[in-house]
Amino acid sequence: MTTNDSAVLPLKRTPLYEQHRALGARLVEFGGWEMPVQYSGILSEHQAVRTRAGLFDVSHMGEFKVEGEDSLAFLQYLVPNDVSRLAIQQALYTQLCLPDGNVIDDLLIYHLAENHYMLVVNAANIDKDFAWVQEQAQRFQHVSITNQSDTTALIALQGPLALTILQPLTRIALEEITYYHFVPGEVAGIHCLISRTGYTGEDGFELYCASADVARLWDEILVAGKPQGLLPAGLGARDTLRLEAGLCLYGHELDEQTNPLEARLGWTVKFKKGSFIGSDVLKQVKEQGPKRLLVGIQLLERGVPRGGYPLYTGDQQIGQLTSGAPGPTVQQNIGMGYVETAHAVTGNQILVDIRGKRVPAQIVALPFYKRK
Amino acid sequence: MASLNHPGDLKYSKTDEWVRVEGDEVVIGITDYAQDQLGDIVYVELPWESGENIAFEGKFGDIESVKATSELMSPLSGDVIGSNEELKEHPEYINDYPYEKGWMVRLKLSDPSQLDNLLNADQYLEYLQGR
Repeated sequence: MTTNDSAVLPLKRTPLYEQHRALGARLVEFGGWEMPVQYSGILSEHQAVRTRAGLFDVSHMGEFKVEGEDSLAFLQYLVPNDVSRLAIQQALYTQLCLPDGNVIDDLLIYHLAENHYMLVVNAANIDKDFAWVQEQAQRFQHVSITNQSDTTALIALQGPLALTILQPLTRIALEEITYYHFVPGEVAGIHCLISRTGYTGEDGFELYCASADVARLWDEILVAGKPQGLLPAGLGARDTLRLEAGLCLYGHELDEQTNPLEARLGWTVKFKKGSFIGSDVLKQVKEQGPKRLLVGIQLLERGVPRGGYPLYTGDQQIGQLTSGAPGPTVQQNIGMGYVETAHAVTGNQILVDIRGKRVPAQIVALPFYKRK
Repeated sequence: MASLNHPGDLKYSKTDEWVRVEGDEVVIGITDYAQDQLGDIVYVELPWESGENIAFEGKFGDIESVKATSELMSPLSGDVIGSNEELKEHPEYINDYPYEKGWMVRLKLSDPSQLDNLLNADQYLEYLQGR
């Protein structure tokens, strides 16, 4: 048996490393970090999140604070989404784009207070993003950026029972926190930002706290959720969950050769707010229509689609998959990828080249899974 | 590793297949270590008809877990007597019963001396620990 593994040493560890070891996690390299890919098994963890709840360590994610009276003007210039729409205690999904409109990273922006924001970026991109953000900030006089990634931890409690499990641990009325909003507050006596966000297609919360406190928070939540069937869940389940939910993963659906309009993230690109990095090119792409589009595919015969597999119609290659896996909840073998725009038609039959064998598949609407 | 099972009556390859010798025939599957590394197995492709020849260190199939695709490498050459049809419907047998219901192919050996290159259970365990 041969599996491709690439180990890059030394790997960084989150403050929950000892918890993962004690829980019997399988640890793998991910974006320079040693992270749990699974504990009990990807399928059981996936199922727990869809039907009960799962707890994820995502402390490897990066957090930058942006402060100063030019913060808003700076962020409006930095990202395609409209940051001026953000109320305090509200979060927003957006991207960092290059002048050519392609994506350096995707991120969340939290509006903490007036002239005070937090950017949450992907782990593998922390250094690249921080350098980029700092460079762009030089055009603005009153803005300061701090990389707080090492002192900030993040765990995600996701699933239909997330609220039920978390509520006894906090005085904050969790049902009052609406989707993509957050409040500061104590959970199990630990100061957190309690954010109603996630990356699984389920209801849930993401909790930001000091790295020094996160082990206690993690343990308390696991204990509190045990009677409801809460499981610790790893990156393996995180990937199948986000794939079913049709959510982009940087390095797969998004990269520096891809713009947000191709990725069907046009809803996050706001031209009316004024110019921003990449806006000229993106406006052109919007007017002319993207050359290729992100689609969902579902295999019609046996096999598992994976990122990198070419897509065909007849003998003509029309694109390539960026992600693929068996979808445990949708019970289909599914993938996401890019095809030439003319072929991006729901219902179209195409072929996936699975290691030399062309297997029929159908283009289907995203997301594959939507909670009721 | 302590919880994994590698029976003493089998032979093992460094590519994580096990071999059960039955006269001049062998049964091949993947080890408990291999299935544990792969995680939940969802699909196995063993595209063999009886009588076809599998080459030494040749690919004899593909195995898909939720997270990855791997190739199966044959530690021996021989003619296919049969492959485990039940795995089409029950790929999870490889996770649950790697040495019994999770077997993959049965071969008639073309060169029994190839068996000498395989490891015994202790050697395999030692090999895994050094990996």
